[in-house]
Amino acid sequence: MAAHPVAARSLLNGAESRPPETLLSLAWRHFRRHRLALLGSVVLSLLILGAIFVPMATRYDPGKTSILDQYLPPSLQHPMGTDGLGRDMFVRAMAGGRVSLAIGLLAMLLAITIGTVIGSVAGYYGGVLDNVLMRLADIMLTMPTLFIAILLTQLLRAGVVPGLKAGIAPIILVVAATSWMGVARLVRASFLSLRKRDFVTAAQMVGAANLRIMLRHILPNAMSPIIVAATLRVGAAIITESGLSYLGFGVQPPTPTWGNMLQHAQSELDYAPWTAIFPGLFIFLTVISVNYIGDGLRDALDPHHVE
Amino acid sequence: MTRYIIRRLLQAIPLLFVISVLVFALIQIMPNNPLAAMQNNPNISPEDLLRLEQEYGLRDPLPVKYWKWLSHTIRGDWGESMITHRPVLTEIADRLPNTLLLSGIAFILALLISIPIGMISAVRQYSLFDHIATTIAFMGQSIPIFWFGLILIIVFSVNLQNPWAGSAWFPHPPPLPLFPGGGMVTLGEYAPPPLVDRIWHLVLPVTMLAVFQLAQHVRYMRAGMLDVLRQDYIRTARAKGLKERAVILRHAFKNAAIPVVTIIALEMPGLFNGALFTETIFSWPGMGRLFFLHAERGDYPVLMGILMFSAMLIIFFNLVADVAYAFLDPRIRFD
Repeated sequence: MAAHPVAARSLLNGAESRPPETLLSLAWRHFRRHRLALLGSVVLSLLILGAIFVPMATRYDPGKTSILDQYLPPSLQHPMGTDGLGRDMFVRAMAGGRVSLAIGLLAMLLAITIGTVIGSVAGYYGGVLDNVLMRLADIMLTMPTLFIAILLTQLLRAGVVPGLKAGIAPIILVVAATSWMGVARLVRASFLSLRKRDFVTAAQMVGAANLRIMLRHILPNAMSPIIVAATLRVGAAIITESGLSYLGFGVQPPTPTWGNMLQHAQSELDYAPWTAIFPGLFIFLTVISVNYIGDGLRDALDPHHVE
Repeated sequence: MTRYIIRRLLQAIPLLFVISVLVFALIQIMPNNPLAAMQNNPNISPEDLLRLEQEYGLRDPLPVKYWKWLSHTIRGDWGESMITHRPVLTEIADRLPNTLLLSGIAFILALLISIPIGMISAVRQYSLFDHIATTIAFMGQSIPIFWFGLILIIVFSVNLQNPWAGSAWFPHPPPLPLFPGGGMVTLGEYAPPPLVDRIWHLVLPVTMLAVFQLAQHVRYMRAGMLDVLRQDYIRTARAKGLKERAVILRHAFKNAAIPVVTIIALEMPGLFNGALFTETIFSWPGMGRLFFLHAERGDYPVLMGILMFSAMLIIFFNLVADVAYAFLDPRIRFD
């Protein structure tokens, strides 16, 4: 087999060889080749920047109602029209984006943390613990999660857990509680295959604590699938949040999120379809960008993956 | 095989038991008193209220409550709705056929469309068809399903008109939407013939429900097919001079379908989630809408009933998928 020309030249020149490629730059090289993933990163960055800066820069207050400007169709003044209370849809969608994106990120972090802890404990220790935890995951996977999420939301709203009654905390908790199972299975599988490897045995021989072995030796080797899953979870979390908010079980108005902006849209479809189109478009754009980024990361991080 | 099915059904019992305990506990933590409405009624004395609470068993400890619920449920008494005061089983029996009709059609349609698309996509990898199919599948997976439903209504119900309005099939004089934005049947004198009316009302909700599954199945079918096409036995089949058609349909398809079957089984709960949105948006009187309406008002006996019923259905369909698995892959033995 012919040597790679660059490698061959560096072999010949010896001293002039390129510095060894780090894992990060290797991954970036692969990621860059996935054009849609790059496009997704650009779109997502724009959305995040818009969500941060548009509400600051505009003269429209996303919460201020103005009854004379009710249901104005999209125009230069209001690029996405106004809603039934005369609020500018674009500014409101950007302010809602702050909340939706924050919920998506935080719910993902929580779900990944829960999933990683459960998965690594189950995979590392095995036995009864593994059995109990994985049956729990099976049970959760057997339930229609949206139904459970609605029940949990009601539970939290009734004030069962003090301090988690309102705002974005209950929805983050509910989304995470119903979406950790996939990650847990993934992490468990990695831990199962890694825990019998020589480097783990070696660490055990020199007397490293179990926690240290799990965190310092096994987890870094299991990171790639977790990162991919984490990316995809952001999109899934935003979809779940917006769905729950759309049904009225999410963040309560007047705090805008992309989901609860759509809550009354269905009754307005006849005369103000823009109230339905734009918030959903932002959800769609965010989720498809995140999913393409996840796809690109999968290609970049998994050396065995062939598309 | 029979023994395997029986064993699986027996295994489902402890699973359902654990699920029922968890869901029951979840519902019982709710600080909700079904007699709350009577607390402010001056005609009911506190003593009466206490007597009622004891009669209904509201003050029993949790295990006692659970045991009462379980023994009643096993005997077929699932309690009654706190809102409509009808038995939970009657409420469910009224709605279940509607959900099965809607989800069943969407499910079969999604399968029939996605399998050939996924196969062609894999066989002609990187062709224009493949690029379009994978892009649309990716979009289908990223679209919020309820928003897709709203867009369907804007396009097909608000903006597009039915060109056959006023004909024998659609007696309603124009303007009539191309497809109705909700409901299951047309009421009144302008109703189309029953079968036409049924299909007419099914088009949009079925489309909405099928799109997500379709996208999933296309991706898995394509991936499964690509995987199989790289195998040696496919090369052997080609080498011995088989027609490409036979190689794809007879040799590759069956093995490529196996991962799809697994995914379908895993997707069952997702189908229920989808039905919740679809039925809510299209005012379709099914289980999802029943859950939504009663969740808003905290009607726990009904919610408990629906959750247990869905869990049973999901377990059942998982078993069906596993049996289909064995049928597709004779290497899997169940004893």
